[in-house]
Amino acid sequence: MSTPEASTTKKVQVRRYKPEENPKEHYLNAEKGVWAWMTTIDHKKIGLLYLGSITFFFFVGGMLALLLRTELLTPAQSFIDADVYNQVFTLHGAIMIFFFLVPSVPAALGNFILPLQLGAKDVAFPRLNLASFYIYTIGTIFTLIAIFTGGIDTGWTFYTPYSTQTGTNVLLMTFGIFILGFSSILTGVNFIVTIHKLRAPGLTWNKLPLNVWALYATSIIQVLATPVLAITLLLLVMERALGIGVFDPSIGGDPVLFQHFFWFYSHPAVYIMIVPGFGVISEVISTFSRKVIFGYWAIALSSLAIAFIGFLVWGHHMFVAGQSSLASMVFSFLTFLVGIPTGIKIFNWLATMYKGSIDMKAPMLYAMVFLFLFTIGGFTGIMLGSLAVDIHLHDTYYVVAHFHYVMMGGMVMALLAGLHYWWPKMFGKMYSEFFARISCVIIFIGFNLAFLPQFVMGSQGMPRRYFNYIDQYQAFHQLSTIGAYIMAVGFVIMAGYMIHSLLRGKPASANPWGSRAMEWQTSSPAPHHNFEHIPVIINGPYDYHKPMSEFQLGIAHSTNGHQSFEKVDVNVKSAEEKA
Amino acid sequence: MNRLTEFMLPPAKSTTAGEVDALFHFINVTSIILLAGITFTIIYFAWKYRRRSEDDVTPVITHNSKLEITWSVIPLILVMIVFGWGLSGYMNLTTAPDDAYEVRVVAKSWLWEFHYQNGHVSVNELHVPVDRPVKLVMSSDDVIHSFFVPDYRIKRDVLPNRYTSVWFEAIETGESIIHCTEYCGRAHSDMNATVFVHTQEDFETWLESADAIDEDMPPAERGEALVTRSGCMACHSTDGSRMVGPTFQGLWMAERTMEDGEVVTADENYIRESILEPNARINEGYDPVMPSYQGTLSDRQIDDIIEYIKTLD
Repeated sequence: MSTPEASTTKKVQVRRYKPEENPKEHYLNAEKGVWAWMTTIDHKKIGLLYLGSITFFFFVGGMLALLLRTELLTPAQSFIDADVYNQVFTLHGAIMIFFFLVPSVPAALGNFILPLQLGAKDVAFPRLNLASFYIYTIGTIFTLIAIFTGGIDTGWTFYTPYSTQTGTNVLLMTFGIFILGFSSILTGVNFIVTIHKLRAPGLTWNKLPLNVWALYATSIIQVLATPVLAITLLLLVMERALGIGVFDPSIGGDPVLFQHFFWFYSHPAVYIMIVPGFGVISEVISTFSRKVIFGYWAIALSSLAIAFIGFLVWGHHMFVAGQSSLASMVFSFLTFLVGIPTGIKIFNWLATMYKGSIDMKAPMLYAMVFLFLFTIGGFTGIMLGSLAVDIHLHDTYYVVAHFHYVMMGGMVMALLAGLHYWWPKMFGKMYSEFFARISCVIIFIGFNLAFLPQFVMGSQGMPRRYFNYIDQYQAFHQLSTIGAYIMAVGFVIMAGYMIHSLLRGKPASANPWGSRAMEWQTSSPAPHHNFEHIPVIINGPYDYHKPMSEFQLGIAHSTNGHQSFEKVDVNVKSAEEKA
Repeated sequence: MNRLTEFMLPPAKSTTAGEVDALFHFINVTSIILLAGITFTIIYFAWKYRRRSEDDVTPVITHNSKLEITWSVIPLILVMIVFGWGLSGYMNLTTAPDDAYEVRVVAKSWLWEFHYQNGHVSVNELHVPVDRPVKLVMSSDDVIHSFFVPDYRIKRDVLPNRYTSVWFEAIETGESIIHCTEYCGRAHSDMNATVFVHTQEDFETWLESADAIDEDMPPAERGEALVTRSGCMACHSTDGSRMVGPTFQGLWMAERTMEDGEVVTADENYIRESILEPNARINEGYDPVMPSYQGTLSDRQIDDIIEYIKTLD
């Protein structure tokens, strides 16, 4: 980017393309029928297929959570026994993480929005993209078979030697997740190539939307970390099926080795789950503050910094597991370093709101809920990263609460912000703003009621994964359960207005939020090939001080001299330089 | 703020708990102040800069180096304080004093055994003297468990293939609960034990009399005491109700069907085998999950338990 302008620029003749309002033809009706959906290579439709899948798994995981919370109303057994309880919490964790959180923003929202934000017609490898979805589907089928043929009761962490000794169906389950990992890797590869090669003319690295930077960081983690999970699960399968001693001490293995392998993937995986959420929040806060983002490079690079340092902190899951004190010290130090770029992001978002023109629409409301809940998640992470305190809090409800504040309060709120934000682009319909705000408030109240008491009982010493507990924690458990029910009500309302929007929602305009971002400069729903022209970018995606007309440029068809459009000459970096 | 810490944490009953609590308190207070600031800012900005018209013009503020350095460096200093503080606390928690009284801990699914230096074994009860460092050298007979005493702020995983250790010094007599905090299967949440802290004299009296308490009693009563003390009741009822394992009631000389279809009469040899090699034969409908009591119970003690089971009809 430091190369002299003259040598790397070329002149392109552009004209303004105003997005068509309420198009008759768009990607949803370009092809019809079940077969067309199943064989589609349109990234938008694949995104929606993922969206449908993750909605289904979120529903299943949520119902399991309600089962757990209901059982925990009383200390002793009320309606399910310990074995069922152990299976249910395992499934809740495994489904929510591997089937919902990991693919949620990258595969569902990312697939839909990434090429639109790049001004591309599709991802770099559309067929590979469809293959990723089918690999995901095959993985889920294996897992469902595992659930119906014996279940699984190891917790989502599959710690050995318990997981090599239990009678439940660990083999199929881990194999399902092994397959699922490839879907994640392929999506990552696809996104990286797409971001490198398919940016529209003029879309240089310093004009990339922050959501793209976040997806880029996520994809790097997906490609580098997921193979380690695959190796680990494969070793676990080999141990169970062939009796090769890797992790099980009774046949010569080392159970702590499993924990190292597992967390080497699963800690970066936490960043696979949260970093794309940061991207969504950056987009939403800038759009609804109608203001240029504060600290563009700080936000973009902090995503990459988190992705990088995130690889080096896995040992903080093992402070009490018997690793050396020196290792614990190093891991604790690096863990605190991750806190810094995360804090920088929070402050940058706040600074973006400063002197903005803030419109508290549903996506913005979710973004603010995100800021509040994720900040709590971050601070409690500092608490857990601190060696002496972690010894007390490790494996208690404090960890459960922290994790839910980060994943549910962070990632799910970001997902909901993104879903409400891009909903008009997806379906060309608006939802009820009133009910959207109501359900956001209900979910916020329910969430805090469900998880704040868990911080308290965790600090008091309530261990996690407990079917039975001592009486002193009952009041906290009951509050938590009531909170979970309230949250469920919020999600039911959301399902209601979303379905209503699909069936009878008011038509959405091409750019209902007045955003400058490129995905809003095409019609809603998007055309089959995203743009009817080749977009040309001359401004950053958050340049709200520039007129809207400068964001709607595309290459003019120079062959046809009869049209009398206003034509402008602009300098864009050459295509060679971009890659 | 002190009240919050007191509300959130269990009573501090070890010499090292105070330092952990102070750090917990510091992080909580700092976090709450920062969170309040951030929350206030969000709400204030959302109200103050609310959209007034669709034509609002916003200033172009792309960055501010001074501000950005400030909000990077201050948190960095804060987390480094937390890191150093946490590290020093951790070193105290992991370095046992040389004169510590040593107790060997064996974890099995799902009970805790405590082996004392005089050879005495107590199950699910840890007896220690007050004001004296106690070092626990721990290992597991099966899967990973974790030894956690909330009142002492100590926790350490108990592994099957190596020894781990943890130490504490109780500052007052009384009882504290021990939890298993590494998920270990069906009865994980029932794998609790109790620490009994005695004065030095009481502890010595207990240690000397622990094995002797049984001598004057009739064998059946001794057996009953052993069954209670050894944690059998966690999985076996004496009133006929079904728990993880079969009930003791009516067991004596009853005919039991095994998993492989074999019918066994519950005589002395069967009961002895069930205690020492519990997974040799499994009752129909139950899982092979009981740990062996080889080395925990002596032959004479098994005789007493058999006498006790005879009385449960």
